[in-house]
Amino acid sequence: MKAVSTIFRREFASYFNTPLAAVFLVIFLFLCGIFTFQLGGFFERGQADLRPFFNFHPWLYLFLVPAVAMRLWAEERRLGTIELLMTLPVTMRDLVLGKFLAAWAFLAVALAMTFPLWMTVAYLGDPDNGVIVTSYLGSLLMAGAFLAIGSALSALTKNQVIAFVLCVVACFGFLFSGFPVVLDFFRGWMPDFLAEAIASLSFLGHFEAMSKGVVDLRDVLYFTLVMGVFLYINALVLDWKKAA
Amino acid sequence: MSNQLEALGLHKAFGTIRAVDGVDLRVPAGQVVGFLGPNGAGKSTTMKLITGFLEPDAGSVRICGDDMLQAPLAAKRHIGYLPEGAPAYPDMTAQEYLSFLAEIRDLAGSVRKQALERVFDLVHLGGVAHQRIETLSKGFKRRVGVAAALLHDPPVLILDEPTDGLDPNQKHEVRNLIRELGAEKTIVLSTHILEEVEAVCGRAIIINRGKVVFDGTPAEMDAKAPATVASNRLDWVFRTLTTTELQTQEIPS
Repeated sequence: MKAVSTIFRREFASYFNTPLAAVFLVIFLFLCGIFTFQLGGFFERGQADLRPFFNFHPWLYLFLVPAVAMRLWAEERRLGTIELLMTLPVTMRDLVLGKFLAAWAFLAVALAMTFPLWMTVAYLGDPDNGVIVTSYLGSLLMAGAFLAIGSALSALTKNQVIAFVLCVVACFGFLFSGFPVVLDFFRGWMPDFLAEAIASLSFLGHFEAMSKGVVDLRDVLYFTLVMGVFLYINALVLDWKKAA
Repeated sequence: MSNQLEALGLHKAFGTIRAVDGVDLRVPAGQVVGFLGPNGAGKSTTMKLITGFLEPDAGSVRICGDDMLQAPLAAKRHIGYLPEGAPAYPDMTAQEYLSFLAEIRDLAGSVRKQALERVFDLVHLGGVAHQRIETLSKGFKRRVGVAAALLHDPPVLILDEPTDGLDPNQKHEVRNLIRELGAEKTIVLSTHILEEVEAVCGRAIIINRGKVVFDGTPAEMDAKAPATVASNRLDWVFRTLTTTELQTQEIPS
């Protein structure tokens, strides 16, 4: 685990070594504000909660998480540093985990910086803090699931634009898998139970439950499982496409 | 003397291209091997197989007795590797970058500090230690790569074009360094500069289309050229062995 923490710290610091962190954080917070106050009608609703804020997280993540994920492995490939990493005495598992956790922690920082919104509702009224905590937890888990998918796809290519586009499409699929736009694609030729299984994979459904204040172990498990599966795929892809 | 580096029957294909086609390499400690060959001959691929970045389709690699496929972590610990193009993280300073590598190689405390001081000294990086790698000149970048390979004082060094992009003074320095280290370490370096082989290597291996076509001392390589070739004799041998047209035209049967 020591190697994981070494890789984690290097990777995490690299966000702040470049303008990436500043640009990302500003845009993230700016969009959060617009969504919450303009589109979400935060004041007009007259309710002391953060639903208008959390409701937009899936959409925000759809584009912002791939922006973080696309560089994870594609950049290592382009720089050639992937060769360096993989000839160090560390396991593939440590590499994948270290880099993923750093990116996730970075997203957690972005999420944590939205705390003034919480202070605002607490000042204006008497919000249900339990709901807000579970919503934050759900949002963080969802971000992690998006990120794991993006990390695996980023390992496929040295081109960050390709990684970004693939990642947005894949995240879109997972986000909307419970909706006709994705489901109709499978319905015609797939047995019903499989289509239902795909529908139950929807991020939205699992996130919605948590943002209502219900921490169902199944939802937590679902996001954790998505992360685990995609990080495993990530390692397989790296092994398979080392030379590319 | 036992071989510190032992690669036997290495094969690696990319699709239909046989990049490495049955390469055997046994190198004892204290030997500097110059790895020669035209571009695309399989030099870099062979090095990637030896360092464990790629897995061979067939064959085995043993570094100081540890098998690269069975015990990759142990085998990788014995190696210092400078990959082609000397890649490094551009947003880090040389100091940060080498500290990161030292940490991941389990060098801690005063040992790490000494290791860093030693390599900064060896490749003369002191002046740019706190400069971002992306702002360094090509020569300095290459030296950061060499420093990274030497950091943990490994018994086996694999250097892919260590002097590429350096000016004549820097080349001279790096060659001296390699000669010095070569007294006790096992070094395999690839290069396109044939005088370099004469200058630092005790043994030259020429590889062409994935196969070893020459393996011997630079003097033996020189002896392969006929007396009529007055200058650039190693060049002549290299070209003769690695171009088929020349083989049919110029080699007397």
